[in-house]
Amino acid sequence: MHPKTPNRLFRFTLAVLLALSISGCFDGTTATSSVTGVIYCSEGNPTSFNPQLDTSGTTSDASSHQIYDRLLNFDPQSGKIVPALASSWLISQDGLTYTFQLRRGVKFHNTDYFTPTRTFNADDVIFSIDRWRLDSHPYHYVSGGNYPYFTSIGLIDLISNVKRINGYRVEITLARPDSSFLANLATDFAVILSAEYAQKLILSNQQERIDNYPIGTGPFRFKEYKKDHYIRYSKHEDYWQHKNAPNKLIFDITTTSSLRLAKLMTGECDAIAFPAHSELDTIRERPDLTLDGRPGLNVGFWAFNTSKYPFDNPKVRRALAMAIDKNTLLEAVYYGSAVSAKSLLPESSWAYQSDVSETNYNPVMARKLLRESGIDEGFTMNIWAMPVERAYNPNARKMAELMQNYLNQVGIQVNIVSYEWTTFREKLKEGQHDSVLIGWSADNGDPDNFYRPLLTCSAIESGTNRAMWCSEEYDSLINQALRYSEIAQRIEYYKLANKLIAEQLPLVPLAHAYRYRAHRRELNGLVINPFGAIRFGDVEKQ
Amino acid sequence: MLMQIIRKFNLLILTLFVLSVLSFALVYLFPGDPIVNLTGLKHSSPENHQYLIELHGFDRSYVYQYWLYLNNLLEGQWGLSFSSGNPLWMEISQTLPASMELSAYALLLSLLIGVPLGFLAGFQHYKLSDYSLLAASVIGYSTPVFWLSLIMILVFSLQLGWFPLSGRISLLFDIPHQTGFMFIDILLSDFEFKNAAVNSALQHLILPTLSLTIVTASIIFRITRRSVIDVMASQYILTAYTRGLSGWQVVFRHGVRNALLPIIPLFGMQFAVLLTNAMIVEVIFSWPGIGNWLIQAIFQRDYPAIRAGMLAVSTMVIILTVCTDLLAKLINPALTGERRAQI
Repeated sequence: MHPKTPNRLFRFTLAVLLALSISGCFDGTTATSSVTGVIYCSEGNPTSFNPQLDTSGTTSDASSHQIYDRLLNFDPQSGKIVPALASSWLISQDGLTYTFQLRRGVKFHNTDYFTPTRTFNADDVIFSIDRWRLDSHPYHYVSGGNYPYFTSIGLIDLISNVKRINGYRVEITLARPDSSFLANLATDFAVILSAEYAQKLILSNQQERIDNYPIGTGPFRFKEYKKDHYIRYSKHEDYWQHKNAPNKLIFDITTTSSLRLAKLMTGECDAIAFPAHSELDTIRERPDLTLDGRPGLNVGFWAFNTSKYPFDNPKVRRALAMAIDKNTLLEAVYYGSAVSAKSLLPESSWAYQSDVSETNYNPVMARKLLRESGIDEGFTMNIWAMPVERAYNPNARKMAELMQNYLNQVGIQVNIVSYEWTTFREKLKEGQHDSVLIGWSADNGDPDNFYRPLLTCSAIESGTNRAMWCSEEYDSLINQALRYSEIAQRIEYYKLANKLIAEQLPLVPLAHAYRYRAHRRELNGLVINPFGAIRFGDVEKQ
Repeated sequence: MLMQIIRKFNLLILTLFVLSVLSFALVYLFPGDPIVNLTGLKHSSPENHQYLIELHGFDRSYVYQYWLYLNNLLEGQWGLSFSSGNPLWMEISQTLPASMELSAYALLLSLLIGVPLGFLAGFQHYKLSDYSLLAASVIGYSTPVFWLSLIMILVFSLQLGWFPLSGRISLLFDIPHQTGFMFIDILLSDFEFKNAAVNSALQHLILPTLSLTIVTASIIFRITRRSVIDVMASQYILTAYTRGLSGWQVVFRHGVRNALLPIIPLFGMQFAVLLTNAMIVEVIFSWPGIGNWLIQAIFQRDYPAIRAGMLAVSTMVIILTVCTDLLAKLINPALTGERRAQI
């Protein structure tokens, strides 16, 4: 028998619960409208806040144009070199002496860890250049003493002297004429640090803070960095160029591309890095999002470690290159947002050569060449796949898996290797790989910026020559090309270099990708900079 | 009662001892150099390495090493993280409160929903409302929490755009870390837009809390319902009815207390399950708690962090379990420890 239960209790409780659930619903929009700022979902952690120390785009994005300025800039639209901290410059007749007139009244950041007592002057320029140029400089070995970009393009040997003429005039003397010198001063890496701050850190014996608690003249001041979470910047009120930078800039570090896109949709991010190529259509379909794309100055490639057996044999490298079908890789990984690469240079470069000889997909020939070179059935090699997305290779892991299958068909077992991005690059530099899927985004429009960092001998040391390939013949071609400022003459040398690469195949060029960036419609002024890192100084949010 | 407390306390100490021995063993069991796994200092010079070995007693017996290890643990010297280089004590004290906060809200909400509904279903036994609630709880209980979280994100964030899908608060609000509990930190801060910050924190809280609550509330509902049915079928309730008490009087004088008493410790046990679920939910909602932090540590093979994180989480679960047990004993001294959850 069951007792009569209190029905009224049931109704009452139900009413209370309903009331609770209704009051729990409230307007979920614009909670943040009282606080203004721009949030950018970036793809990874910077290694430091000084782009001089690193060629990784992640580091440049987080620091180069946000915190610092350079003597010169590239105009992102035309690619022309425009004045920045140097208001004008003169080049001597013999092309060896460059004199820069510096801008006056440019203020450095005033933060809770440093208060500047003077404005920018010649000392800061000399400090910033000499730091990477001179072994004897007190800051040269701070944070490791590697300046990979400057090492890879040979700028350290090129500059023979940097002289102060007065507080606002600096003279730089070169060892030989070099037509790409100004372009290199305008890259993301040639930032100007504060000599006064460096001096102060020496007094308190905290030199490495210069790279982790940065001071610059750029539109944003560094505020806080929490690894794997976020970087906070606040507006530099006394920025020399304009006053309309956003009040706050936040890099929300989100390593998964699908999560970045989701955050963009919900409005938790105003802009995102590297939208996945498979998601581009989703972005195009939404009215509240904007997708910008332009052909990028980049190349994705498969580099062999030519310092290791059997990859030191050009025949083996050719066989491996023949074993893979580039076009299938392109369709599967880039979703039609890239063109197949013939050489290092993309079509938009003035030194592009359309008739370079390429390897074609030919597994039968590949197998034959392998057997001739003494590589037996069941040989095992590894392919290192980048853990991060880059325009030039949005999904290296997937590509590696496809290649694994191709190489299997010619009797080669493949192990795919991947580490966290910073570790990955450290180990690459040590030459632990057999082959690697990686690439290069140019820092300026000069073809030298592809040929020199990717394959010259000096770039092995700086860790941008992933093929570990060193050829005197190639180096002399690349060096001679810079002696001339006439384009036609330079092109001849690059053609010879292309021929050499096609014969020796230290790497297989795979693709030149479009660069995409997605942002919310209300964000204006975010332009894709084909010459390197992202710039938020001119962005405004409606 | 004092004996009870002493017994529980002994159990606590013993369990913590076993845990600390286990975590110390991990220093040796993880790959790599034990001293590096202990301190988190990766690239130290040979002299420095030798100094560390002497400092931590690695040139002496295991017992002595463990003794030093225990001392360091109690002083908050837990070593450094491989990946960030920060002291682990600091990292854990920043992430653990976020998990606690999430779990606490979810538990509170689960009790508010689960207990009243459990009573309802218990009183309405074998009626339509009971069956429908029971069916709902089966669905809630058997839904994997990670899947539920993803569905929540899909519906409420991406389709409807009502709630954000990651973090604790919009990054535009720079709330200084003080206690680690977001709402308290907001109140303590001298931030000018406190209302907006609270609003933002609430919005970020809703989805992860709901995902956790649905699962936990289902369990609590089932425990409560079972207990109420048992009590209402017991002799003394029938006796009360025959004495002519009304339905209300029976329920409030005899039913509620007797039904709640035996199940309070079971709620305490739910906390461990809840924390496990919270760690999963954290990963999906990028909630900066200990679960998310541990997963990152595992991905990056950050051995010192895995060791310290494991120790911190298990210590917390054990302390909480023992505390709820004691509390249950205080409320109901007749309780024996043999009762198991019936779900």
